[in-house]
Amino acid sequence: MKGPLIDTLVRQGVSRRTFMKYCATLASMMALPPSAGLAMAEAMASARRPSVIWLPFQECTGCTESITRSHSPTLEGMIFDLISLDYQETLMAAAGHQAEEARHNAMKENAGKYLLIVDGSIPLDLDGAYSCIGGRSNVDILKEAAEGCAAIVAMGSCASFGGIPKANPNPTGAVSVSDVIKDKPIVNIPGCPPIPVVMTGVLAHYLTFGSLPELDAKGRPKAFYGETIHDRCYRRPFYDQGKFAKTFDDEGARQGWCLFELGCKGPVTYNACATTKWNGGTSWPVESGHGCLGCSEPDFWDAGGFYKALSMPADPLKIAAAAAVAGAAVGVGLSFANRAKKGAAKAAHETTTLADLEK
Amino acid sequence: MNELQFLTWVRGPGLDIAVGIFLLGVLWRLFEIYSLGRRKDLSAPRHVSGASGLHTVFRRSIPPPGMLKRSPVSYIGGYLFHIGLAIVVFLFAPHILLIKNLTGLSWPGLPSQFIDLAAVVTMAAMLVVLVDRINKPVKRFLSTFEDWFTWGVTFLPILTGWMAVQHLLLPYTTMLALHILSVEILLIVLPFTKLFHAFTLFGSRWYNGKVNGHKGVPV
Repeated sequence: MKGPLIDTLVRQGVSRRTFMKYCATLASMMALPPSAGLAMAEAMASARRPSVIWLPFQECTGCTESITRSHSPTLEGMIFDLISLDYQETLMAAAGHQAEEARHNAMKENAGKYLLIVDGSIPLDLDGAYSCIGGRSNVDILKEAAEGCAAIVAMGSCASFGGIPKANPNPTGAVSVSDVIKDKPIVNIPGCPPIPVVMTGVLAHYLTFGSLPELDAKGRPKAFYGETIHDRCYRRPFYDQGKFAKTFDDEGARQGWCLFELGCKGPVTYNACATTKWNGGTSWPVESGHGCLGCSEPDFWDAGGFYKALSMPADPLKIAAAAAVAGAAVGVGLSFANRAKKGAAKAAHETTTLADLEK
Repeated sequence: MNELQFLTWVRGPGLDIAVGIFLLGVLWRLFEIYSLGRRKDLSAPRHVSGASGLHTVFRRSIPPPGMLKRSPVSYIGGYLFHIGLAIVVFLFAPHILLIKNLTGLSWPGLPSQFIDLAAVVTMAAMLVVLVDRINKPVKRFLSTFEDWFTWGVTFLPILTGWMAVQHLLLPYTTMLALHILSVEILLIVLPFTKLFHAFTLFGSRWYNGKVNGHKGVPV
């Protein structure tokens, strides 16, 4: 195998066998046929370092941390390093006008071919003044960069669905990438932060097949967001048996019982945490004893509280007591009306005598 | 509105409205019905063993001699679907959790596989009862819009709940939201239709038994 990527991998001490294993795993994770592993290996090994522009908007850099730091000693991190990341504010050495120039150059040289990655939401209120880079609003920069790109990857829940900035009352008028850009293929990789392997999976798919993977109704790759956390959870048998942890430190919690009653949003969250896990397959939130927050679903911040079970009311019942009193009042009122009617009927009753009948 | 927002709405404001209307309706009708009062009976009571309110409450739960053979569908189907419904509503863990949250009362649940079986049996029984109502000319003649409507609003929560658990047709989130919405429709409709028998059943049996017991007739 020749090409820039495989050379670098070899330099970093990655054997052919390890690389093939990685590609096969990636292919099987994305539910592709076995032959796709080989195709992927060939395509990635000889990849011509596609130009990638990474735009950060209203974000916390958690997505960048997730992709570049937590997995840096693994293949994911390396492959990520091997794309030509021409603009990434957090990682690039350049600053100020140099940085802006790098972005403009990349956009010009790779017009129509570069991949655009966006993390963070885009504020629209006050003409986008809530978040500006180099004196220009996020929405302005996004529109410009989207024009010449081949596809957009919306990294994390903010870029995919608006995320935390969009949480009620959404002070900045934050929206997602797909709310602004309508004419480009967009892959949403939600999660707060998203799983690194999903990112590399999408990238590998793009390099191998020249297209984006199959997406669900919310623009997420089906291979990773096809099933709920709950359905893939190793604690699921306890749910079916009705064994629930009631607090975070009771006997049930120690026994590893289901966290549904502690507010786990696993049943309504589509993501791959339960199968791919985190930190190189070490663990994941539910395994560490905390319920799923539902971070890969739109508006998960406003979904009724993290520690409230899904079957519980999202808000306290406000009108119930007043309605009960009103109902009782209506009932009592009607009973008086009925009694009055009966009384009136009784009073109006005329007794028939024999004399009446003989008239 | 995405499906999570839909779910949050039915779990929040939707539930608030439905429970409010339910409580309003139930208290309204209970006060109205039980305050009607009855005319004073001036005749001397006749004492016959087995003729009393309490006897009738129990007796009416058992088919009279020969009736089970004449209309087995009504009795067996009716029993299956009422008992199945009670099991599904009151012994499914997430339902108990909701009741606990609203009232503070809780009790042990049953394994979800058993609840699943009960739901399927309940739906099958309800379908058989419906087909019987359509097929039997007398039953069909006696049926009004209310009968078909109340069957529908009772059936939908079981169907949507079962489909949500089984992941059929729609994503779980949407199905769960539809399930809760269908229960809310049931709650709103219940006090103002024949479904109110859930509250008045034993009271009216007691009343009929008592009146007839007074006349010396066990019914």
